[in-house]
Order: sequence, then structure tokens, then C-alpha cells
Amino acid sequence: MIPATTGSTMISVSRVSKTYGSGAAAVRALDDVSLSVSRGEIFGVVGQSGAGKSTLIRTINSLERPDSGSVLVDGREMTTLSGAELRAARHNIGMIFQHFNLLSSRTVQANVELSLEITGAGRPARRARALEILELVGLHGKAQAYPAQLSGGQKQRVGIARALASSPSVLLSDEATSALDPETTRQILDLIRELSKDLGLTVLLITHEMDVVKRICDSAAVMSGGRILEQGPVDQLLTTEKSLLGQALFPLGEIPETSSAVVEITFNGVTTDRPVIAQLARKHGIDVGILGAAVETIHGRQTGRTRLELPGDELTVAGAVEDLRSQGLFVEVIK
Amino acid sequence: MIDRNDPYFWADLLDTILKGTGETFYTVGLSLLFTVIFGLATGVLLVATEAGGLLSKLFGSRALGFFVNRVLDVVVNIGRSVPFIILMILLIPFTRLLTGSFIGPTAAIVPLTIAGIPFFARLVEIGIREVPVGLVEAAQSLGATRWTILTKVMVAEAVPALALGLSTTVVGLIGYSAMVGAVGGGGLGDVAFRYGYQRYSPEYMFGVVILLVLLVQVFQSLGNFAARRLSHR
Ligand SMILES: Nc1ncnc2c1ncn2[C@@H]1O[C@H](COP(=O)(O)OP(=O)(O)OP(=O)(O)O)[C@@H](O)[C@H]1O
Ligand SMILES: [Mg+2]
Repeated sequence: MIPATTGSTMISVSRVSKTYGSGAAAVRALDDVSLSVSRGEIFGVVGQSGAGKSTLIRTINSLERPDSGSVLVDGREMTTLSGAELRAARHNIGMIFQHFNLLSSRTVQANVELSLEITGAGRPARRARALEILELVGLHGKAQAYPAQLSGGQKQRVGIARALASSPSVLLSDEATSALDPETTRQILDLIRELSKDLGLTVLLITHEMDVVKRICDSAAVMSGGRILEQGPVDQLLTTEKSLLGQALFPLGEIPETSSAVVEITFNGVTTDRPVIAQLARKHGIDVGILGAAVETIHGRQTGRTRLELPGDELTVAGAVEDLRSQGLFVEVIK
Repeated sequence: MIDRNDPYFWADLLDTILKGTGETFYTVGLSLLFTVIFGLATGVLLVATEAGGLLSKLFGSRALGFFVNRVLDVVVNIGRSVPFIILMILLIPFTRLLTGSFIGPTAAIVPLTIAGIPFFARLVEIGIREVPVGLVEAAQSLGATRWTILTKVMVAEAVPALALGLSTTVVGLIGYSAMVGAVGGGGLGDVAFRYGYQRYSPEYMFGVVILLVLLVQVFQSLGNFAARRLSHR
């Protein structure tokens, strides 16, 4: 076992490719994909339908075998494991699903216990652990209910409890909130974030919802056509020029016709109780126009982008931009 | 011709029909036991050995999995398409080999079982196909063995459908058993044939028919009830 030092790599995917079918019908679902997830972080992979996200996440626990490349989880090469070794490795990797995939014939508690039956725990230990983990995911009192009697959010909580019952160090999530309404999605995401912090869990999740990345991800990757277009810590990506993730997370729309200079400011955790724009107008005598804004408060931090129109001569504009940058804001001059 | 004015007529009738019912229960009961054992295994294998299925690779060999799948499919189809009366005749040497005779309630078990297995196997197959593949995947992600997945996921989740399939099979077997009875297999079919038909007694004939209708009703209702109770969907 590799000691659990935070910052070290928990999941390392390198140069993984996977093609379905052959000949003219061949689909290259993964095209030379490399990815690195640190211990204890929440890593989100976003991309449109068919981008290869599910294929990627399924190679992590070897539900899908890549044609080439390597997948290391907790120091173990997953692509060559089989039989008992593979099953043992999977005990260390929990997975949750879009459609929950609970056994309808079993109660909530028995669904969670399945995970422990598989790892070979005895009956008293199974019961104790199942009740403990159900408490942890907020399903106290629902142990004897059947999945059909639960709401979507509760079902996913059972899914999480089942995935975490064997105390894995990795949680994989394949669109776990895509079948839930926005409020329930928020609750489930917060639960995942909480559990990740409390249990030191590494989470790899895939989603097509940008909100998921905004809300809980430390790092993210953007996928398209089987390739990873960019990846890294979310706050870094946000302040990378022309970042796809930045644009996708906080879309500002088309740039309108204007003769003035246009700049985009990225707020990243700066508490803007400072009136940035008003100050700008006052100090530099510019009639600042707001062309667009996408700002949200996430975990008490203001994050987002605004697009400003700065009428005035070149010198005034340059001075204003300089001033903004000196306040620690990330400013891109669009035109 | 039976004398209807004989003071023992109704007592005899009751006696004969009860004895016939007993034999039918014996024949159908044992046939059902073997049918369930082999039919369940066959049905599960039919689904699991399919391409992409859990046992598409048998003992590490894809070819073996494919072969088993094709063979089972063909055998089940043959079993389902040969009319029962012909199957019964074709099986006479085999029945004699197994039971030492080809008439009587014990001998009847052989053709009933051979007809019952493919019938039940298809119903099992249908039931197991309805189990969402996501459940198998979830169990795989937990590190389950194939045996665990087969028993605790595929079969366990199909139990309500299996209960319905079971009652349908019982009903089918009762029907077949009446046919075997008519050619010497004992049971209610035998009563109907010998007393009702050969000796022209409408009372015996109706008695048997009423009993058969009742039995079918009871077993079908039991199956429906069980399926409803067992399903938590
Ligand atoms: N078992 C399969 N056989 C053939 N093609 C497949 C298979 N699984 C996936 N593909 C193809 O591979 C590509 C990537 O699929 P994948 O499911 O990984 O996409 P995704 O990003 O998860 O999409 P979605 O958001 O719709 O779930 C798609 O073009 C898909 O049609
Ligand atoms: Mg997908």
C-alpha cells in the first residue's frame, strides 16, 4: 500500500485509447486520453453526449478494457488485473450511477449489505456497517424501505451508501445527478463533497452539467470526441485565457457591435464587496457599460465573469486595465 | 357402462377421482421439481452465455460460451416445437430405460419433465432479460463474482417473474399430465379416459373436468398472488 499523502496521485490514466467496432463503423471513444487525479480531490470530467465520458470512467474500475494505455488506481495497474485481484481492487473503488441501479427486491439496508456480502463480512458486521453508513448519508429510518418507496434523491443516497460501505478510497460517479431535479442535485452534490472531505475520498465524476463542476469540483477536464481538450484545477482553468471551461462555466454570449474596448474580468473567490466597477468609473472617468455578467456565490466565494465596455481613448483604457489587474483580478482584453 | 343406480356409485366416483388427483399431484409434483431445477439452469444459461453476457466466456473460452448458447437455444426450440403427444411416443425407449416401464404415474414423469424444461426455460429467460443490465454492472463494480451476480442479482431480481412462470408451467404440466394419463400414465386423465370416455359416464367426465378447472384456477391465482407479494417494484 502506498501511504495516503494528500497531493500525491490517486488515479493516473495515461495514453488510453478505446475503439468500438471496426472498419467503417468504428467509433474511437477514447483517443489517447491522459488524466491525473490527486488524492482527496473531486475531479469532474465534462463534455457533450458521446464525448467518451462514460467509456473513460468505466476504464477506471475496468468495467471497460482499453485497447492501449495504462490506468493506475492507488498504485495498481487496472488494465491487466483479472479474477480475484480485479475484484479486490474494485472493493477499493465505489461507483454510483445515473439510474441508481438498486436491487428492487432488496430493502435499503439489504442493498447496502450486498456490498459487504461481496467483501465477505459476517452478518452482524454487515448490519452494523450498513446502518452506520445509512446514517452518514442521511437515510436514518429508511433501512427497511424498498427502493420503489424512495424519492430519486433518497435512491441516490442508497447508491452512495452501497458504494461507500466497503470503505473504498475512490468514488466514481457516472452522471449521478442527471436524473434529479436542481434542488436535489444540490443536496446530493453537497453530500458527496462532505463525504469526500470527511472520509478523505477521491472522487472522479462525469457530467454534462456545468453546475456540477462549479459546485463541487476542485479540478476538471473538458472532453470532446474522445479527447481531453483541457484539464487542471478549476480556479486555474478559469483564469486561463480562452479557457473552454471558463467560457462554459460562465457563458457571456456573443460580443455585441461596439466601437469601444471590451474587457472580461474573472472573479475568482475575491469577495467583491469592493465596488470594482463603480470605482473604475470614478477613478478613470469612464462610462463603464456592463455587456454581460455571469457571477455566482459558491461556498461563500464570489466566482464568475463580467464583460465590460470601456469607452475612451487607448491610454485611459490601458490605465483602467492596469488598475484592475493590480487589484488581483484576471482581465482579458477582448478588443 | 357404469350403473348409476348402484348405491356405491357416488362413493366410487369420489374414490376414483381422489385417487386420480393423488396420482396427478405425484406426477406433476415430481415433474415440476425436475423442470424447475433444469429449466432454471437452462434459462439462466441462455441469457448469460449470450454475446456480451456474463458467461459469454465460459471457462475462459468465448467459443465454448457461444457453442453452449447455440446448442441450448436449438434444443429448447426443438423441445418447444414437437407436439407433446409425439414427444411422448418418441421418448418411450428413454422412459423405459430410466423407469423400467413406459406406463404408469412414475413413467409419466419423464415426458412431462422433458416437455416442461424448455417451456419453463423460455419463461425464465424472459424474466431474467427484464432485469436491467445496470444492476449487473453495479454488482460488478462492487467486485462481485459471476456466481454472486447470477444468484443474488439476476435470479433474485427475476423472482416475481419466475413465480408467474412457475404457475404457468404447473398449469401446462397439469394439462400434459391429462394427456399422458389417457395413454396409461394414470391420474385424472386416466380417469376421464377410462370411465368418462370408454364407459360413457358423463358424471366421471364432468367430475374430472371440474377438478382440472379448479386446479388450474388455484395454481394460477397462487402464482399471481406470489408474484404480486414478491415484487417491490
Ligand atoms: N458498447 C459500445 N459499443 C459501441 N459503441 C459504443 C459503446 N459504448 C459507447 N460507444 C460509443 O462510444 C462513444 C462514446 O460513448 P460514451 O458513452 O463514453 O459517451 P458519453 O460521453 O458518456 O455520452 P453521454 O453523455 O451521452 O452518456 C459514443 O459514440 C458511443 O456511441
Ligand atoms: Mg455517459
